[in-house]
Amino acid sequence: MSTYRIQGATGDWEVVIGLEVHAQVTSNSKLFSGSATAFGAEPNSQVSLIDAAMPGMLPVPNRECIRQAVRTGMAIEAQINKWSRFDRKNYFYADLPQGYQISQLYHPIVGEGSLTIDADEKAGIPADKVIGIERIHVEQDAGKLMHDQHPTMSYVDLNRSGVALMEIVSRPDMASPAEAGAYLSKLRTILRYVGSCDGNMDQGSMRADVNVSVRRPGEELGTRTETKNVNSVRFVMQAIEHEASRQVDVLEAGGKIVQETRLFDPTTGSTRSMRSKEDAHDYRYFPDPDLLPLELDDAFLEECRASLPELPDAKRARYVGELGLSAYNAAVLTADVDTFAWFEALLAETASAQGKQPAEVAKQAANWLISEFFGALNKQGKSLEDSPVSHEQAAELLALVGKGTISGSIAKQVLETMFETGDNAGVIVEREGLKQESDTGAIEAKVDEILAANADKVAQYREGKVALFGFFVGQTMKAMAGKGNPQVVNEILKAKLG
Amino acid sequence: MTELTELGVAQIRDGVAGGDFTAVEVAQAFNANVAAAQEALNAFIIATPEKAIEAAQATDAKRARGEALGKMGGVPIGMKDLFATFDVQTTAASHMLEGFKPQYESTVSQKLWDAGAGMLGKLNLDQFAMGSSNETSYFGNVISPWKRNDGGNAALAPGGSSGGSSSALAARLCPAATGTDTGGSIRQPAAFTGTTGIKPTYGRCSRWGVVAFASSLDQAGPMARSVQDCAIMLEAMAGFDAKDSTSLDLPVPNWEAALSGDMKGKKVGIPKEYRVDGLDEDVSKSWDDGIAWLKDAGAEIVEISLPHTKYALPTYYIIAPAEASSNLARYDGVRYGLRDLPDGANLQDMYAATRAAGFGPEVKRRILIGTYVLSAGFYDAYYTQAQKVRALIAQDFAKAFEQCDVILAPTAPSAAFGLGENVDDPLKMYLNDVFAVPASLAGLPAMSVPAGLNREGLPLGLQVIGKAFDEQGVLNAGLALEQRAQFSAKPEKWW
Repeated sequence: MSTYRIQGATGDWEVVIGLEVHAQVTSNSKLFSGSATAFGAEPNSQVSLIDAAMPGMLPVPNRECIRQAVRTGMAIEAQINKWSRFDRKNYFYADLPQGYQISQLYHPIVGEGSLTIDADEKAGIPADKVIGIERIHVEQDAGKLMHDQHPTMSYVDLNRSGVALMEIVSRPDMASPAEAGAYLSKLRTILRYVGSCDGNMDQGSMRADVNVSVRRPGEELGTRTETKNVNSVRFVMQAIEHEASRQVDVLEAGGKIVQETRLFDPTTGSTRSMRSKEDAHDYRYFPDPDLLPLELDDAFLEECRASLPELPDAKRARYVGELGLSAYNAAVLTADVDTFAWFEALLAETASAQGKQPAEVAKQAANWLISEFFGALNKQGKSLEDSPVSHEQAAELLALVGKGTISGSIAKQVLETMFETGDNAGVIVEREGLKQESDTGAIEAKVDEILAANADKVAQYREGKVALFGFFVGQTMKAMAGKGNPQVVNEILKAKLG
Repeated sequence: MTELTELGVAQIRDGVAGGDFTAVEVAQAFNANVAAAQEALNAFIIATPEKAIEAAQATDAKRARGEALGKMGGVPIGMKDLFATFDVQTTAASHMLEGFKPQYESTVSQKLWDAGAGMLGKLNLDQFAMGSSNETSYFGNVISPWKRNDGGNAALAPGGSSGGSSSALAARLCPAATGTDTGGSIRQPAAFTGTTGIKPTYGRCSRWGVVAFASSLDQAGPMARSVQDCAIMLEAMAGFDAKDSTSLDLPVPNWEAALSGDMKGKKVGIPKEYRVDGLDEDVSKSWDDGIAWLKDAGAEIVEISLPHTKYALPTYYIIAPAEASSNLARYDGVRYGLRDLPDGANLQDMYAATRAAGFGPEVKRRILIGTYVLSAGFYDAYYTQAQKVRALIAQDFAKAFEQCDVILAPTAPSAAFGLGENVDDPLKMYLNDVFAVPASLAGLPAMSVPAGLNREGLPLGLQVIGKAFDEQGVLNAGLALEQRAQFSAKPEKWW
């Protein structure tokens, strides 16, 4: 149980949250037409006769959109309904050419499922917190109105009209803004793993309707409000915080919560009323007579299942269990598709460059990627996607460290140069003479010099002041311009100091 | 030589192919008839004589090159103005779509052009195919060429909604025409005008590019002056279309080749529920004639029961308007067709003004009925209930077809009525389709063939209803009736 409470003037309140997430299905064409779906195209350049609802036009379901919805359902271990049906949701608006949206009210394609959000002690998220998912259905997106193109008229862009959306409806299982944020992040991660939605919330390809109510701990559910179209994890959390405390204020002042639709204003972080239940539309849902029920056969389902990638929870467990990574590193590396893809590419190349099994070099690669490489990227304000250093180049650098050609500290210096010049690690090491000295003879000679020059300290060491060992290492490395193999230096020093 | 405009599809096709006359001669002859009758009959919304000539020239050229001609090679036809025709005004007989020129061609019309047919014009109809008398067209009533033999001069209804098609056929303005049938819109007009028409199994003909009335019922079909002509034209119109999700993925049989009026070994069901109290005497007599003819053709007659028949009409008048109310939502003044934008109007005002001006009273009535039956609180009582009854009606037919191969019934409860006689009583008007609607609800193939004249000298039709996909059985029974009815009456030319 979450311990999140709102402290009201009259006592504590619990928050109950459910999310309806609209996720744009990744597919080349729309749900019922062959039009393209690319983001940012010229207005009305991706509109077919069907999308514009010309007389006599008919919808034909796009198999790929159906497939993506089924795969998504499988990824949240949901029931897949082999028989589902499309319904029409009727209402008039200028961005809705047909005068109805084709959706699935009565028989959605995906039924009950769930996902586990990641524990976060600081944020009060307990381990193994499961959020129920009631259903996923597919439906058409509407077009877009543009109000800033003409002084008295609004323009309509139908590029988005008919694009496939998945509506993913959670149970009201979240009890804090942090849990809602974690749910949305996890859902986004899963969608991106599956490849059924690109998760670009800033482009509107994923947005959430946020249902919030408050109640006294343990009591019956309160009346909820729905805040529409919130388009980032942070905004969802803000909207919940604002809406929950607004509801507490209303209730504590003796008022009642009205079931209504609200809008989130990102500039103020607050919500405001859009329309109440009384002026809600009567959508007159009924089965779309232009479409037959959607019947999925076993071969199709099998293909969907076989095409699923390793999912985040499984991957994280494998990173810990098979690769021996820390739980923290595993969590960081599996949080996003781009990250794990980069890591796995780096891992494969590092292992092969060093002639080792991936498990043998995984820790090295993971530690280096998270502590060194991410830091270096951050400094440049870059992400993995636009990294100036490729994973092949990074693997070469790691191999140089792994083989003892350069030390870890020299590697940092080399990486900096790689970022600046784009050169390969080997070239830089060669050019700048950064190769590590592992020749025992040469190191012994240096060590002898250092010990001779510091006879007093040698004596102190031998009397038990072992902390001086670091001093000898430092002096030796300094004398070797940092290029002495630290392991060899250590061994020789130990032997000579006795 | 017979006048070219007396010829049917098969005769024109064979005559053109055999060099008896050219396709252009045929097109010219029909173009002339269309032009001469337009003022009196108003069967066409627009004539397209140039399209007819163009197609005829192509056919003649093909023949000159020694190439094989299509199934409809050299046959000019009328196109119900519910089918989208490329760059040619397509109105559904509404003000809403006046001037609308689609930049696409319906699948069915394209198939007909591909088969060598040419277009004489766009035929008038009831507005959005809603009506049984062709009195709801924004472009004026269609007049039947038929007159009662009472010496009076009352203008009669050609039936509806395919009234332009039926009137044009009876008046020899075309040898064949497309129709669409949602609840009798091919069969009832055919019966009223002494012509022949078949509504195939739901899904045989693509609905793509046909202005929608009620999607789960709408079905295109041919109208002509003989069973054989219907068979030929249906072959050209039918076929799977990936653009229509409800299209039947079945090969198109060669119906013409398998035509046979021999009914030996066939059982014909006579539904007792259709023998309603107060059934018009002449209609009843023609039904008896039909029974005798099919018996004569070798069929065995069996009585069958379709117990839910009496619920068919109310069921139809829930489902069809429900679908229509949604299908017609797209006519909103935003993207095409009529836009009525009063000064200072907002979006809602524009919708209201546009739809008030663009739809006729019957269309509005059905949109209101449909909106009502789908509304929260009424949906289960009306729509859900109607869907259940629809299933029972389909089940009635399935059971009946365990006992018989085809069903014989009247097409309509009366002969053609006078224009204006029923317009003030929608219920009475709706009753016209009482015998036609059950087959529509069940999606079954059904056709009307002329059976004879009533005592007023007006044609009556007999309806054959068949099993799903068994258009052949329907056509064959139709042929058996046609061979015995020997219907040769035609309206005396007064226009």
